[in-house]
Amino acid sequence: MKFFPFLLANLLRKKVRFTMTIGSFTVALFLYCLLATIDASFKQGVEVAGADRLVVINKTSIIQPLPFSYRERLMQLPGVKHVTYAIWFGGIYQSEKNFFPQMVIDVKGHRQMYPEFKIPEKQWEAFLKDKEGCIVGRKTLEKYGWKLGGRVPLRGTIWPGTWEFNIRGIYEGSRNEDDLTQFWFHYDFLDERRPPEFGKGTVGWYMVKVQNIDRAAAVVAAIDKRFANSAYETKTDTEKSFAADFVKQIGNIKLIMLSVGGVVFFTLLLVTGSTMSMSVRERTGELATLKTIGYSDITVLLLVMAESLTIALIGGIIGVLSGKLYTLIGDPTGGLLPTFYLAPPKMVSGLWLALLIGMLSGILPAFFAMRLKIVEALRRT
Amino acid sequence: MVSVNGNNHSNALIQVRNLDKKYQRGSEEIHVLQGLNLDVDEKEFVAFMGPSGSGKTTLLNLLGGLDLPSAGSITVAGDEITHMSARKLTSWRARHVGFIFQMYNLIPVLTAFQNVEMPLLLTTLSKSERRSHVEAALSVVGLADRMPHYPRQLSGGQEQRVAIARAIVSDPTFLLCDEPTGDLDRHSADDILNLLEHLVEGFGKTILMVTHDPRAAERAKVVLHLDKGVLIEGQKRADSL
Repeated sequence: MKFFPFLLANLLRKKVRFTMTIGSFTVALFLYCLLATIDASFKQGVEVAGADRLVVINKTSIIQPLPFSYRERLMQLPGVKHVTYAIWFGGIYQSEKNFFPQMVIDVKGHRQMYPEFKIPEKQWEAFLKDKEGCIVGRKTLEKYGWKLGGRVPLRGTIWPGTWEFNIRGIYEGSRNEDDLTQFWFHYDFLDERRPPEFGKGTVGWYMVKVQNIDRAAAVVAAIDKRFANSAYETKTDTEKSFAADFVKQIGNIKLIMLSVGGVVFFTLLLVTGSTMSMSVRERTGELATLKTIGYSDITVLLLVMAESLTIALIGGIIGVLSGKLYTLIGDPTGGLLPTFYLAPPKMVSGLWLALLIGMLSGILPAFFAMRLKIVEALRRT
Repeated sequence: MVSVNGNNHSNALIQVRNLDKKYQRGSEEIHVLQGLNLDVDEKEFVAFMGPSGSGKTTLLNLLGGLDLPSAGSITVAGDEITHMSARKLTSWRARHVGFIFQMYNLIPVLTAFQNVEMPLLLTTLSKSERRSHVEAALSVVGLADRMPHYPRQLSGGQEQRVAIARAIVSDPTFLLCDEPTGDLDRHSADDILNLLEHLVEGFGKTILMVTHDPRAAERAKVVLHLDKGVLIEGQKRADSL
């Protein structure tokens, strides 16, 4: 602590350079936070997936339906605890850019399958009583300024026509990463209105809850075996694996993130390293004086390193906080990243990354300062 | 007492024996100091004079433990410094030597107070103890009222006085001055020389000073001449005899 005024005075001797270097860290860390948030958002489905849940889809493709009758047959399989189903509705609210996931759900089994979503009991009761009712995630409700009891029209894309719903409930998540943008409504409402040729009596996919997680693989195999060689063969997977495959279809997000982040941080390393080197070279005489009056090589090295780390830490904190503030504004894509959330561990790892860059960029100039020969340095000044 | 023959004075504060310093410049070997002997007692004020390249600053660097000799030994207050490790030599310098440079070598971004405090940051003194030491040192050099001033806000003479305060703040065994008046006008130079004399007479400090200026050398009790790496005893001031 006693060296702090000295450290501060050195940092502030070239205020523009100091500000610019801090700014480099800020921008890089802001970008890091953004990339980490996007990456987490893509992987959100994988992260929050229930370990005891399986997804059963049509073997041909997820857009091909499965018969409604499979529900009972799935329930009869050993190891299956609970079964529910859903359909992707894909409607449009006012404009195509207003994207949010709309699910046609099995109102009887949905809450049992997804206990992480919390809905007030009264609201759920009201939803059950109203076939045109819907439950909306808090984020979507807030985004469009909807109110409980309000009416929402959706233009169908798979099932034509305008579909109107009454908002009967608002759901919340029990974890920060939970998706609060979904829109759920009754299966019966869809099935009664859609014509026979539009998949009447079918569902999009089934969700199966297993009794024992350790037996999940056996249940997966049993389900697909049960429906093998039928008109509707199935492809079953754990929810986590299903979500991971879904992300993979978008592309290697992680590689893109690492490439962009790597280039930015490598540039930052060069910029900061060069700045620190310049700063130390300018102070050769002062460093020699410090050594003359009794500052050891190690103390001089630590003082230079402390400067570099302080810059990294200040820039890092500003960058991470800016990143956090930005993510609090919400998903900038208008619905593609439903959980645009920067988790605290990512913020901490960002700060560690900043400190690592600070250390790497300071090590060479600090080593130069440590190895400085007093007599030669004094002669040069 | 000061002598350069090396055969007496076993209790001298500074004892230099057969000191050699050679530099290699390409294939050429330059002999800067050759078999130099020197004994300096406490409370002496010694001036080293000589032409450029005679080895004055090299001798000062060796005495201050900033450089190592090619041969010979230097003993200060019983510590032989020529065989100390770099780490030990650094802490020895902090305890025993106060350096005063021609260009003051103050840190421009620190105030006079903070500059003087720098050597004390290496000690275990508390903040209040450091403050009282710094205030005392700045009072000795007559700059108690300039503590919050930065070097750029001080005159050359004042800057050198701050540098002197920094050199004496940790109460070192001796002071080494390299052309302390070389960058000052006559009036400021006289002030600095008065201050150095005062440190010897009033505070019992031992000072070894390198200078080109005969008027500065006159103020020392003993003037030694260095020529081609050899030390020659010069005149002694009348009042020191």
